[in-house]
Amino acid sequence: MEAGSAWMLTGPNGSGKSTMLRCMATSLKPHRGHILVDGTDLWENRQTLRAEIAYLGHELHVWDDLSPRQNLQAWNRLGRFEVDVDALLERVNLEPHRDHPVRAMSAGMKRRLGLARLLLKKPRLALLDEPFGALDPEGRELVLDVIRELRTSGTTIALATHLPRIGAQACTHGLALEAGQLLWAGTASGLLERLP
Amino acid sequence: MNVIRQTFEVLRKELLVEWRSPARVSGLFFFALAMLLMVAFASPTEGILRTQAGGTLWISLLLASTRSMDQSWSTEMEHGAAEGMLLWPVEPVAIYYGKALANTAILLAVTVAIFPLMVGLYDVPVRGDLSMLAAIAVMGCAALAAPGTLYGLITAQARGASVLLPLLMFPLVVPALLAASRGTMVVIEGDPMLQGSSWLSLLVAFNAIHWSLSGLFFGRVLEDG
Repeated sequence: MEAGSAWMLTGPNGSGKSTMLRCMATSLKPHRGHILVDGTDLWENRQTLRAEIAYLGHELHVWDDLSPRQNLQAWNRLGRFEVDVDALLERVNLEPHRDHPVRAMSAGMKRRLGLARLLLKKPRLALLDEPFGALDPEGRELVLDVIRELRTSGTTIALATHLPRIGAQACTHGLALEAGQLLWAGTASGLLERLP
Repeated sequence: MNVIRQTFEVLRKELLVEWRSPARVSGLFFFALAMLLMVAFASPTEGILRTQAGGTLWISLLLASTRSMDQSWSTEMEHGAAEGMLLWPVEPVAIYYGKALANTAILLAVTVAIFPLMVGLYDVPVRGDLSMLAAIAVMGCAALAAPGTLYGLITAQARGASVLLPLLMFPLVVPALLAASRGTMVVIEGDPMLQGSSWLSLLVAFNAIHWSLSGLFFGRVLEDG
C-alpha cells in the first residue's frame, strides 16, 4: 500500500475484512504471515507504530458516562496531543451534543464521535471498519470528506465496507475477500465493475 | 516523567467517570453498610460484635471491592475503551497505576463513610491513634485495589466475571485482610502492646509486592485480552 492511497476491502460476512483491519491495527496478532511497515514487522514494532495508526472499529473506544467533549479531552490528554477538541466536535457536527452523555446518543452520533477520536491522532495509517454504518447521508459524506482530507495529508487508508459504491467515491484501490482469501485486487473503479 | 503524567491522566479520567455516575460509589457504600448491618443482626451478643468489628469492616470492604473492580472494568469493556487504550500511545503501566489509584480512592471514600457508622452501630470506642488508623485504612484499601485491578481485567474478559473475580482475588488478599482487620482492632483498642505498626508494616510489604508485580504483568494481560 503506497502512502496516501486508500484501499477499500469488500466481501461477504466472515470473509476476513475486520480481522485484517484488526491485524493491521495490532489489536490481533496474525496467526500466519507478517505485516510490514516500511520494511519492519508491524507486530514486532507495535509499541512504537501504534502511535501512527488510528483505528475505528465496531467498538468505538469511548466511555458511555462521559460526554463527547470529555471523551475527546481524555483521549487528547492521554495521547499528549494538542488538538482543539471543540473544533473537532464542530467538524463532525456534534457541537450541539458536546455535553450530553454518550449513553444518550444515537448510534449515528456515536459513530461520528468515533470518527472524531480517530482524527485526534493525525495518523500515517487510518483503518476504518464499516465507517458508513448507522450514518445518515450527511454523515456518510462527512466520512468521505475525512478520508479525502487524510489522503491529502499523506495518510494511507484501509476501510472495510458493505457499501462499495459509497466507499469507491474516496478510495483509489479495492480488495475483494472471501473466506479469508484474497479474490481480487486492483483499482476501486475496477472493483465496482466486478460487482453484480 | 511521561508515565507519571499519563498515570495522572488515567486517574483523572477514572474519577471523572465516577463523578458522572455517582450511583456506583453510593452503591458500594450501601453494599458495605448492608454487610455491617447483617452481621450486627446475626451476632449473638454485643461483646462478640465489638471484638469482630475490625474483621467485619474489612470483609465488608473486601466484598464491596469486588463489585468496585468489576464495575471499573465493565466500563472499559462496554465500548472497547480498554482496547482503545492499548492501541493509543499510553504506557500500559500508566493505565494500571491510574486505575489502581482510582480504585484505592473509591474504596477509601467508602471506608471513611462507613467507619463512623460502624463505630456507632457496634458501640466500639476508638481509643488508639487516629493517624495510625488512617494509615492502616489507606494501606488496606491499596492492598485490595492492587491485585483487584489486575484480576478485574483478567476476569472482565471471561464469562461469569462477577463469580470469577472473588474466587481469584480472595485467597490472594488473605494476608492483607488479616493485617488490616487485626491492625484496625488493635488501634481501636488503644494499641497497648504497640502492635499497630507491625500490622501496618505487613500491609506496606504486601502493597510493595503487589503494586510492583501487578504493574509489571498488567501490559501483558491487557495485550493478551
